[in-house]
Parts: sequence; structure tokens; C-alpha cells
Amino acid sequence: MRIFMRIPQPREWRFEGRRSVRSILEELNINPETVIVICGDTLLTPDDVVEGDVEVEIRPAISGGSGR
Amino acid sequence: MRCIKCRGKAVIDLRRHNAAFCREHFVEFFQGQVRRAIEQFRMFGPDDRILVAVSGGKDSLVLWEVLLHLGYRADALYIDLGIGDYSAASTEKVRRFHQQRAAPLGADLHVVSLKAAYGFDVDEARDRVRRPPCSACGLSKRYIFNKVAVDRGYDVVATGHNLDDEAAVLLGNVLRWNMSYLARQWPVLPGGRGFVRKVKPLVRLTERETAAYAVLTGVDYIVEECPHAVGATSHVYKDLLNRLEQQSPGSKHQFLFQFYQQGRSQLKVEERPDLRSCRYCGQPTPGDVCAFCRMTALLLDQLEQPGGGAAMDSSPAGAQRSTPGAPVSQAGPAAAPEAEPASEAGAVN
Ligand code: SF4
Ligand SMILES: [Zn+2]
Ligand SMILES: [Zn+2]
Repeated sequence: MRIFMRIPQPREWRFEGRRSVRSILEELNINPETVIVICGDTLLTPDDVVEGDVEVEIRPAISGGSGR
Repeated sequence: MRCIKCRGKAVIDLRRHNAAFCREHFVEFFQGQVRRAIEQFRMFGPDDRILVAVSGGKDSLVLWEVLLHLGYRADALYIDLGIGDYSAASTEKVRRFHQQRAAPLGADLHVVSLKAAYGFDVDEARDRVRRPPCSACGLSKRYIFNKVAVDRGYDVVATGHNLDDEAAVLLGNVLRWNMSYLARQWPVLPGGRGFVRKVKPLVRLTERETAAYAVLTGVDYIVEECPHAVGATSHVYKDLLNRLEQQSPGSKHQFLFQFYQQGRSQLKVEERPDLRSCRYCGQPTPGDVCAFCRMTALLLDQLEQPGGGAAMDSSPAGAQRSTPGAPVSQAGPAAAPEAEPASEAGAVN
């Protein structure tokens, strides 16, 4: 499976086999409170398992400059 | 994970509520939280005309979407700040959202170009007077949002500030023990004396929940951040609070709402200074010339005569120099940005 981020910089990772979203976030050291995990037009929860050819986007939800 | 309402497959888990929801029930939950904030803080009623401050980002577009969905009379204002590709992409997102989802419900979109209306943009402000971009940007936004709202007869300006934004502002104010800012931190900033009321209907929702709502309802927002947001102190505060949240779900909400319910009432709100009319634009200000006109004068002077000094008296900012036909009318009372409360004026978010 391909896991990618568009921000803050474009990054991507490949994982083999069956992986839970929770374990992917843990391995990438990402706080689940700060992101949403997108697959197609829906979202995945930490216990969801991904495998095969799927593409999953991890998208940070935290934003804002000081004059916002 | 299963939805706590219908036992269907969940698309989001909300540990702070000890809940998980399917798409349909998350949308219902989210809209319910907005409605609850509006009622809890008496933000506005069904007859009020609302001006939503939209940026193209998730929070403001989602706010506009939800207010329209709940049946409110909500138009929007977008300011083109002239921040390179970021502003171009944001403009595109806002226009498309308006065309596809707001206009069919009868909502209007007002667009103001900072450059066309006032002769400078945020990048020029940074380059020419070495003013931090967020400071020039924040000042311009507060001024223009208020001015358009007053000139066009809106009752209230609604912004997309969420629970993370407000908790980060609170943390920043507590770290400095800034008592006057703390005393004014509240999801409603009252209007009057040339200020239109400002409200934050997303205050009960986190940024993650707002991003989830956008994806699940197909709100197409600009995912990339403004280049000037990189390294903002607010990110550090938000990160700290989210680490706390991870260990102890509900911490952010507790921190902010216990402050609203218990802490703030202990603080005394200082009387605002007397206001008079800005010599150049007529808007209320504690001084002779409002902060926006002072900045504009300095900037236009620099832009016209590179290397020249500021000539305040010869530079009636905004008003006389704006491009004819600019979308912002130049007369009439509006905001004195420097008199705005802290959570708006600045520090964080
Ligand atoms: S990050 Fe700063 S410059 Fe960019 S839009 Fe936000 S306040 Fe304006
Ligand atoms: Zn459900
Ligand atoms: Zn002025």
C-alpha cells in the first residue's frame, strides 16, 4: 500500500501486508489527534486495516498563522 | 469501529466524546455542535444577516456550509491578500465553493483585493516596511471585514476559529498572564461604537473534526498552508495541547470551556479607551489616525518612493489612494483595529 502526505512537505511510504491505521501512525510517529486519514472519499479509523494496492492520505488538520 | 448511533461502520472516532460515528451521524453531530455554540453564547438569531470571513481554508468554508445548511442568512467576504500562488489557489477554491454550493442557496460572495482597494499586498508589506506578514495581514483583515460588514449592514461577522485555535490563544495568554487579553477572550466580541459583533461558531469543534467534516461532505478547501504560517508560535501551542489530548482525551475542551465557565468571570474587563474618528478614513480609533491608515500610509510611501521616508500627512491611507471602483466603500464608521481584543489582535492562532 502507498501512504502519502501532501503537507507540510510531500512524502510517501510503502507498506507491505496488512496494517492497521493505528500501527501506521505509530510507526510514522504521528499524533492521531492532529490528522485525518483519507481513503477515497471516506475516512479511516485507527482500527481499520489496509492492505493491497490501496492509497491512503494522511492529512494534517492543524493550521493557522499569527494574524489569522 | 461502529457508529454509536446506528452501529454502522464508523468513519471517525472522537475519543474526547468517547464516541465514533458513521458519515451521516458525524455530520449530524457536527452541525449540532455548531447550533449548540450559537445558542450557548447567543451569537445570532435567525433574522440576523451574517458575514462569514472566508479564506479558502477548511474552517471558514465548512462554517459557511453549515450556516447555510442550518438556514441562516449567511453571505461571505474573501480578501485576496496577494500572497503568491497561495492566494491564487485560495481565490479559486472560494469562488468555486460559492458557485457550486452557496449561490444556489441565494448567498452572496464579496471579494476585496487588498492590492486593488488599498494599493499594496501582504508580500509588499513584508518586503517594503519589514513588517511581519501576519501582522500586516491580520490588521488588514480585521479592518476590512469590519468595514465591509458595517458598510453593507451586516449584523455580525462569523469567523472559522475553532477549539484548537481558541485553546492555543488561551495557552498563549496564560503563559504571559496577559490579564486584559484573558478578560476579553470569549467566542463573542460585542459590537457597538463602530464595531460589528464578531462570533466563532466552531468553538466547540476541533480542527481535526472540521477537516473530517470537509472531506466527508465534499467541501473542497485549500490543503496547503499559507507560506507565512510556517513556524507560527500557534503551531507549537497546538502541538503541545494535542500531545496532552492524546494522553488525556478532552483536555483541550476542558481547558477552554472551564476557563469560559469559571476562570473568565473572575477577571475584570478594562474599560476601552475613548474612541474618536480616524482623520483619514473616519473609523473609530483611540488615536488621531487608525492603525490601518498608519500602515497604509507608510507602505504607499515606500512603494512610490523606494528608500524615501514615511510621510504620514501626505498619505491618507486607503481612502484617497484606493483604485476607483474598489469593492470597499471608503466612507462611514467601521473598526479601529488596534482596539480589538487580544484573541483577535494577535498573538496566536
Ligand atoms: S499565515 Fe499570516 S500572512 Fe498567511 S494568511 Fe495567515 S495571518 Fe495572513
Ligand atoms: Zn451512524
Ligand atoms: Zn483610518
